[in-house]
Amino acid sequence: MSVPRFWREIPNRYNLIGTKCENCNKVYFPPRYICPSCRRKGQLDPYRLSGRGKIISYTVIHSPPSGFEDQKPYVIAIIELEEGPRLTAQVTDCDSNDIKIGDEVEVVFRKMGQDGDDGIIYYGYKFRKICE
Amino acid sequence: MMRKAAIVGVGLTKFGELWDLSFRKMMIEAGTRALEDAGIDGRQIDAMYVGNMSAGQFIEQEHVASLIVDHAGLTPIPCTRVEAACASGGVALRQAAIAVASGIHDIVVAAGIEKMTDILTGATTEALASASDREWEAYVGVTFPGLYALMARRHMYEFGTTEEQMAMVAVKNHRNACLNPYAQYHTEITVEEVMSSAPVAQPLKVLDCSPITDGAACVILAPADMAKQFTDTPVIIEGTGQASDTISLHDRPTLTGLRAAQEAARTAYKMARVEPEDIDLAEVHDCFTIAEIMAIEDLGFCKKGEGGKLTEQGETSIGGKIPINTGGGLKGKGHPVGATGIAQAVEIVLQLRGEAGKRQVNGAEVGLTHNVGGSGGTAVVHIFKRGD
Amino acid sequence: MDVGIIGYGVYIPIYRIKIEEIAKVWGTDAEQIRKSLLLEEKSVPAPDEDTATIAVEAARNAVKMAGINPQEIGAIYVGSESHPYAVKPTATIVAEAIGATPDLTAADYEFACKAGTAGIQTSMGMVEAGMIKYGMAIGADVAQGAPGDPLEYTASAGGAAFVIGKNGGEAIAKIEGTYSYTTDTPDFWRREMRPYPRHGGRFTGRPGYFKHIISAANGLMKQLNRTPQDYTYAVFHQPNGKFPLQVARELGFKSEQVLPGLLTPKIGNTYSASTLVGLSAVLDQAKPGDRILAVSFGSGAGSDALSILVGDAIEKKRNSSRRVLDYVNRKINIDYSTYVKYRQLLVR
Repeated sequence: MSVPRFWREIPNRYNLIGTKCENCNKVYFPPRYICPSCRRKGQLDPYRLSGRGKIISYTVIHSPPSGFEDQKPYVIAIIELEEGPRLTAQVTDCDSNDIKIGDEVEVVFRKMGQDGDDGIIYYGYKFRKICE
Repeated sequence: MMRKAAIVGVGLTKFGELWDLSFRKMMIEAGTRALEDAGIDGRQIDAMYVGNMSAGQFIEQEHVASLIVDHAGLTPIPCTRVEAACASGGVALRQAAIAVASGIHDIVVAAGIEKMTDILTGATTEALASASDREWEAYVGVTFPGLYALMARRHMYEFGTTEEQMAMVAVKNHRNACLNPYAQYHTEITVEEVMSSAPVAQPLKVLDCSPITDGAACVILAPADMAKQFTDTPVIIEGTGQASDTISLHDRPTLTGLRAAQEAARTAYKMARVEPEDIDLAEVHDCFTIAEIMAIEDLGFCKKGEGGKLTEQGETSIGGKIPINTGGGLKGKGHPVGATGIAQAVEIVLQLRGEAGKRQVNGAEVGLTHNVGGSGGTAVVHIFKRGD
Repeated sequence: MDVGIIGYGVYIPIYRIKIEEIAKVWGTDAEQIRKSLLLEEKSVPAPDEDTATIAVEAARNAVKMAGINPQEIGAIYVGSESHPYAVKPTATIVAEAIGATPDLTAADYEFACKAGTAGIQTSMGMVEAGMIKYGMAIGADVAQGAPGDPLEYTASAGGAAFVIGKNGGEAIAKIEGTYSYTTDTPDFWRREMRPYPRHGGRFTGRPGYFKHIISAANGLMKQLNRTPQDYTYAVFHQPNGKFPLQVARELGFKSEQVLPGLLTPKIGNTYSASTLVGLSAVLDQAKPGDRILAVSFGSGAGSDALSILVGDAIEKKRNSSRRVLDYVNRKINIDYSTYVKYRQLLVR
């Protein structure tokens, strides 16, 4: 992940800032820059999502890509946010046996990885089960 | 279709870890065998389409179209590299068929090639991750098996598909691969062995996943009405369909089927004027066992959700109602990414010609190939008929 | 001086390791450790946590409680001994993650365990001078305890964030005054590029911790003309469960005043967050009119004393955010091998 590419998406990765089409009210995260429904009639503005959602599907990764070895095994889920869009993210702070479809989760700010010992640290969103 | 194309020659390398064969040597081997099979001279070729996903990351080489046509000794004909992740080969085939149909070219090569083992396994999986959404899927550490695992988990949740049913796909494909001299694996496996293999991304285990493979495959197309000049057993491409979907899995409304595959199949069936019941056998994209189960549903061979059952009942084995992946599939034959789509066509052609030896499906007349890119962002379906 | 605390927030990681687990590995008597340090277990950061991620969650909680627009934060200071980068401030990462960028000043502080309170003092000055409307001071750490060293039992992870502003209707407490006592005392240090700190053993006690806390506390009480009896609560820097009770006794405070703000027995020593987490726990239960004395200590060495008068807004405002005990009680215990994996102590 190059420095400029990481930096460019910081507001989106740190604060779950997607886009909303002011024409049809659909919310997009990850952000989209053309509304597939409205096309050029669409008006896409930044929109901050709440970070609350539920698990649609999940898996436990045992064979991680480079940079993720220290975290294995870890849970990855597709999460449907309460505003509608779905995203893919790690579920952290949990036992990998303790996850099921339908679990409610909230966003947290965590370390995603790093570019080796002397490169930059990548931060972004992960989720954890909500415990009130 | 304006002017149908027929396949008049096929050739491929063995699939596997080909330490002694470089990228260019593999292409020449596959191409030469195809020319011999067609009985034509290379100089009769008018154009080439080559599917290759990632020579840039695997062998630090781009501009592979130029490299290939150069080393084939066929300059100055046009050669075009086609990239659609794991569907690169299938899309190259479609481009070749369209070129023939347009009337602009007569004899056209459709080839596919991938050299995956020159770098370490970790780097290979990194390269394959570029078929997913780098910023929003790969960045969070999902991995490729992870994406299909998410689909598998949901398929199990919605339809009750079991890990054992998925394992049966791998068992069948290994059994078929044993009968295919070009396949990477020539050993059978059991359901128990699949179930006890190490987890990769739950519920997918090592033996649910297709391997890393080197290989090249080549088919030669000619206009159908010219085909008999080259071969007594031409195979006509009756239908071709290609469709796209979101690159990310999370942007799709359903995780249990591939819309792109359903759409591509619809187009191909319509063009070929056939229904799923008319298909005698199919080579489908079993990058992971769950992918074959979803494929046979998406192609209409059974109802959505019943792919596991159909497999368990043995209907997708040779001798069953709808043999799937008689060549071993991606699991048994191997999956050199860019070559797979073409290799699928090679298997169908051999079957329809009656040249499939011990894995022959008796009376095969109509075949289908199903080739998918990434987690379903691209899908391409072709339907073939015996041309005599 | 007319400044106050507008809101506060903490974060403690979910994982814990009991002292028995550590003692087992080194052949030490756990009961003896428990008695001498008054400690049960400590928090352990997950592999995906560091000072920045901890600071962010604490800061988000503080902004939520403060009920302010983060764009109105004019300064952010993050104090830690374990900033993720030697060069590149944690404060800018926090500023971005709470939506405070770009119109603000920010910097990181280091003063061992008292860098967080140093940030509070800076924010107080800037608010009082009219330079900023709100300032945020954070103390956060993922403390490093060398394997087999006594500090391994206590060095833990956590963070606390305080929003400082004018002492008006939205303030949950007024800061009546602050007093600091600073000397060049090398009781505990870590050299650049070394992973673990070193310390002077028993020298860290009397010439370090006790001298500075006692001097700062007495200095502030003298300045404000107060005595220990004027305070409902006293919160001290808490490297273990014992020192705060001992220094309280020496200053003339009772243990009932100290215990509500003594979290180390349950979560270990969160270093730069230590005093501030204790202060937050007290604020979680304090009533309007209660007075709190909070005294931090940072090796090197220095203490900042703060005298705090709880205001009316506290009861309503603190319901909007997670409490210290919510985080303390939310835990997953791990064994030593998992601890080693999470702390990345395995050499590759």
